[in-house]
Amino acid sequence: MHLDKISQNLLEKIANIHEIPDGAVSFRKNGRGEFLRSTPSIEIVKKDDDSGIDIFVHSSCKKEACHIPVVVSETGLFDVVYNDFYIEDGADVVIVAGCGVHSTSQAGHNGIHTFHIGKNVKVKYYENHLAIGKGKGKELNPVTIIKLGEGSSMLMETNQLGGVDFSMRDTKAYLKENSSLEVKEKILTKNFNVAKTNFKIYLQGQNSRCNIISRSVARDESEQVFKSDLIGKSECFGHVECDGILLENSKIDSIPKVSARSNLASLSHEAAIGKIAGEQIIKLMTLGLTEKDAEEKIIEGFLK
Amino acid sequence: MIELKHIYYTIKDGDKEKTILNDVNCIFLDNCITAITGQNGSGKSTLTKIIIGIISPTSGKIYFNGKDITNLSIDERARLGITYAFQQPITFSGITIKELIDIASKEDNSIPKACEYLSRVGICAKDYISREFDKTLSGGEQKRIELALTLAKKGECIIFDEPEAGIDLWSFDRLNDLFEKNICYIVVSHQTQLLKRADKILVLDDGKISAYGDSKDIISHLQSYQCKRVGED
Repeated sequence: MHLDKISQNLLEKIANIHEIPDGAVSFRKNGRGEFLRSTPSIEIVKKDDDSGIDIFVHSSCKKEACHIPVVVSETGLFDVVYNDFYIEDGADVVIVAGCGVHSTSQAGHNGIHTFHIGKNVKVKYYENHLAIGKGKGKELNPVTIIKLGEGSSMLMETNQLGGVDFSMRDTKAYLKENSSLEVKEKILTKNFNVAKTNFKIYLQGQNSRCNIISRSVARDESEQVFKSDLIGKSECFGHVECDGILLENSKIDSIPKVSARSNLASLSHEAAIGKIAGEQIIKLMTLGLTEKDAEEKIIEGFLK
Repeated sequence: MIELKHIYYTIKDGDKEKTILNDVNCIFLDNCITAITGQNGSGKSTLTKIIIGIISPTSGKIYFNGKDITNLSIDERARLGITYAFQQPITFSGITIKELIDIASKEDNSIPKACEYLSRVGICAKDYISREFDKTLSGGEQKRIELALTLAKKGECIIFDEPEAGIDLWSFDRLNDLFEKNICYIVVSHQTQLLKRADKILVLDDGKISAYGDSKDIISHLQSYQCKRVGED
């Protein structure tokens, strides 16, 4: 399939691919499914009304990757897509999602992803978001619902790479016995961007575990709000760590919450927000970097 | 060579002014380790921070190899060849040791070349080169890596602020082997063991130079007068 330059550029940034990759793929552009390919282990089926896809990952899937990027390059379009994942017992899958918006005015995407994950499954899920182009009103509002079966593990890495004027990420997860969820979130906001994230994690099963690490950098006049709630309903472990760097006149609110509903639940949170440590800048300057380059290097490392 | 001429540094202390450095004049020679010692609060660290550019003197001039650097920034002085090893190494999240070596040496080193700097300070390079220079490293590891960065920087003047906290004696003993000749070393220290390794010692007392000379003479002078605990371990 031939990709136009805008799509190529966005796909490179959100999924590190230059063309349609091998294996299971669903490529959606401007509200329509453009390309779809299944494999024996990963079956992708378009929903009847083209509102999204159903992805069936079979037990035979072992470390196979599935790419499902979305591109919105039509100004004024606000694409809403429903993707449902059904992952069978024992599967081991890598899912690379993400959305790139290129627009000169209002445009956006709501990706609503629901994961039905069986027993003893391993999932790695990567989701990058980026918006480019002049003009305001680029919006991305991902919703992720995770139902994690017994003994399963999921790593969820999300990156908001910049340019998104408004985003509201909403993640809910339900963890059964011996399952684990690790979330790594990175957000960069600039200008007048507003980014909000809200995690609600239900640690239902015995020995279920969740670790959320959020790192954010807010620049200029941008605003970020991080909220999380770990709800421990059994003998479980949960930890939330939220670190933010504030620059210029930006604002960050961090509201980590833990809710113990069992006296066997072990839940903790920590949040640290502040400017870049002056000593770090001085150290890099003593190695020869200018103050501005030192600041950029520290931010790059923090969000790496 | 670093030359300080009539360095004064004063700070506001309530309504009054407090003098931290009071007309300091000295020369730090090349191919020479000069130790700066003195009581806590005598102005040792302030003096090195003035040389590196972290703080500006209230008045006076700083010369590096004859060039007036008084108004240069930290990075401008670093690019001229002045290097500073912090008392407590500064760590970074997300920046690898290899990246820091590249920044210090101003080049994209090959892995073997970057590893060489680490090997020279006695740590097993392949275990560290891709690691982040963060707080998961032990204090000892951080100290050695800080020294490796100083090596990679290839400075002409290297300042160690309290190396008993910044590098260990193993590393200090090997300074002359590790670094090229004709380097001007400035070491801030209280420790007799380190002072004995210096060629020259400069003693600061209440912001003024109270003694300067060959290390043997100064150490015996300090010991004979039991000079305010300076030189004790």
